[in-house]
Amino acid sequence: MGEVLDRFRDRALILKLAKLIKGLAKGLDKIRIMHVCGTHEHTITHYGLRHLMPPNVKLIAGPGCPVCIVPAREVDEAVKLALSGVTVYTYGDMYKVPGSKMSLAQARAKGGKVKVVYGFDDVLRKRVKEDSVFFAVGFETTAPTVASPLYEGRVPEVIKLLTSYRLTVPVLRYVLSLKASPIRGVICPGHVSAITGASAWEYVVKDFKIPAVIAGFEPLDVMIAVTEILKQLREGKARLVNEYSRVVSYEGNLRAKQYLKEVFEVVDGKWRGIGLVPLSKLKLKDEFSTWDARLYFEDKLRDIGEGDDIKPGCKCAEVILGIMEPKDCPMFMRACTPSKPLGPCMVSSEGTCHIWAKYGYLG
Amino acid sequence: MVSEEVVTLAHGSGGVETLRLVEELIAPRFKYKDYKGGIGLRELDDGATIPLNGFNLVISTDSYTVEPIFFPGGDIGKLAVTGSINDVVVMGAKPIVILDSIVVEEGFPLSYLRRILDSMAEVANREGVALVGGDFKVMPRGKVDRIIISTTCVGLVKRLITDAGLKVGDKLVISGTIAEHGAAILAAQMGMEVKGGLLSDCAPLTKLMEIALEVGGVTAAKDLTRGGLASALNEMARKSGVTVRIKEELIPIRNAVRRYSEMLGVDPLILASEGRALLGVEAKKAEELVRELRMRGFKDATVIGEVVGKGGKVLLETSVGGLRPLEPPSGEIVPRIC
Repeated sequence: MGEVLDRFRDRALILKLAKLIKGLAKGLDKIRIMHVCGTHEHTITHYGLRHLMPPNVKLIAGPGCPVCIVPAREVDEAVKLALSGVTVYTYGDMYKVPGSKMSLAQARAKGGKVKVVYGFDDVLRKRVKEDSVFFAVGFETTAPTVASPLYEGRVPEVIKLLTSYRLTVPVLRYVLSLKASPIRGVICPGHVSAITGASAWEYVVKDFKIPAVIAGFEPLDVMIAVTEILKQLREGKARLVNEYSRVVSYEGNLRAKQYLKEVFEVVDGKWRGIGLVPLSKLKLKDEFSTWDARLYFEDKLRDIGEGDDIKPGCKCAEVILGIMEPKDCPMFMRACTPSKPLGPCMVSSEGTCHIWAKYGYLG
Repeated sequence: MVSEEVVTLAHGSGGVETLRLVEELIAPRFKYKDYKGGIGLRELDDGATIPLNGFNLVISTDSYTVEPIFFPGGDIGKLAVTGSINDVVVMGAKPIVILDSIVVEEGFPLSYLRRILDSMAEVANREGVALVGGDFKVMPRGKVDRIIISTTCVGLVKRLITDAGLKVGDKLVISGTIAEHGAAILAAQMGMEVKGGLLSDCAPLTKLMEIALEVGGVTAAKDLTRGGLASALNEMARKSGVTVRIKEELIPIRNAVRRYSEMLGVDPLILASEGRALLGVEAKKAEELVRELRMRGFKDATVIGEVVGKGGKVLLETSVGGLRPLEPPSGEIVPRIC
């Protein structure tokens, strides 16, 4: 497996593509390409790929970080439960995201019961005996890891679920539908597509007439995706291309999709920094309400307020939507820095502002 | 948004938050921060110094807690003695004496204590460092988590090496493969057996520094501990006021460590080492230093980059030819999901 991976990180090949991209971009206007996946952002940042792009090609991180877009109110719920003595299990990156007043990390420092796990399986293996909560965040990718044991009856009743699942397929449609959207091409999320199938993204080319490439997470995958999008733009075409065919099929993971359908219903949902997005949230169906933390801990959660998603003056919404660059936000690197973040984009290491804060150094 | 009221684990992770706490909470309260112009609280180097008739006494102290206490490649005792010795030797000094302070929880098995003391003695005896004093306390059950060991090491040196001496043009040399201690500890905490094995690299740097000083041209030195290579590079660059450019493909990392940290979503560049040093060396001496090190047991020693100008930043040329700033780690090291 190591050797296969190394081929997707082949320096010579990647530099060759960088050259090709420069050639293809010549003479084109400013091209904004959006991806909607934290792991793509990780790949782009980690391998310094923005440095390999010509000045008129911008890689923009859309709403692809599932922890950044969890509304503050839902973080507040988890914090409240942790501080009231209920053990809250969560992912490492969710742990650091601030709610209205504090993050789970800060709640733990105040004596709250918070435990970091790698996934829901970890929680199931722990043989939990007392009431506890799994803070279930993520997209189409992580939702099946809860849906399948729930559907198969493998989740003890003492483990309650505080679900904050959101769906990337409808949010991208929402982003592209905005009048001001400057997005000229889309890199579709590979992991999400493994579940939804490539077919989920047909609408991008059909309804919005812009190129869409489903890409894997190695640097070569991203470079190929950018090359393909620029090629299509030059030819005036808009096609859906599955670059990640080693993992993604057209129909997706039928079993996972079935589980999701059995366990959750799709409802309108609020996204931090974006607002209400139609049919973008997963809610536990009534037959699984035994596991619903919001019902079970209703008393404890009753007085949770609306939540403080975005501080006044913060332009995270515009940044997440690709309309504005971080440097145009009046708060950026003034009132809002990586060590004192105001908005969700500065919180996560994969948020666009956080990345720009780092890249500022390169001038 | 950031709560200032309580201490968080991030404050103790050895990154940005720890530095800020020391600079804002501890340092301002103390009027005297050095002795007769020696290295002190302002410099925050690996150790402090006391100038003494043409010599320098180098002192360093550290507390050790580790989970698990016994880990692949060492235990808390080996770690405690090695760690303080290393802080002294990277300042160019010869360690001469050590003091320890051990706090144990009531009910801690004596057999464990014996094993830990054996490890401490083994390192001290081999290094020829005398244990000249210490303290031993027991806390009631539940009042401390099993065992905490603090050690203070004292060394002597004529010509000091600091972590602030990098000059434009210098090469940066790493003494061996990185991130092994951090990866071994993480794996042990997760109860994982890693194919190919992950062992802590915990070891004294005495011989390494001897070779480096013999070859000469060393302008700065630092041992890699918490925060790993990213932290050491950033501290050295910031304190020296220079910008360094590192080539990722030159950084030696064992395959098992690389794959394991990738699987966990943790960057090996921020994982701890406990037996590796980062050296700044004059360009004309770099090749000779690496050759000598490799010949005398440090087979993975290599140049990983150079000082490219004034500034204080660390730039990383990535393995695929991209470029990004290498940030000092901040917050707790927690794995990512997305």
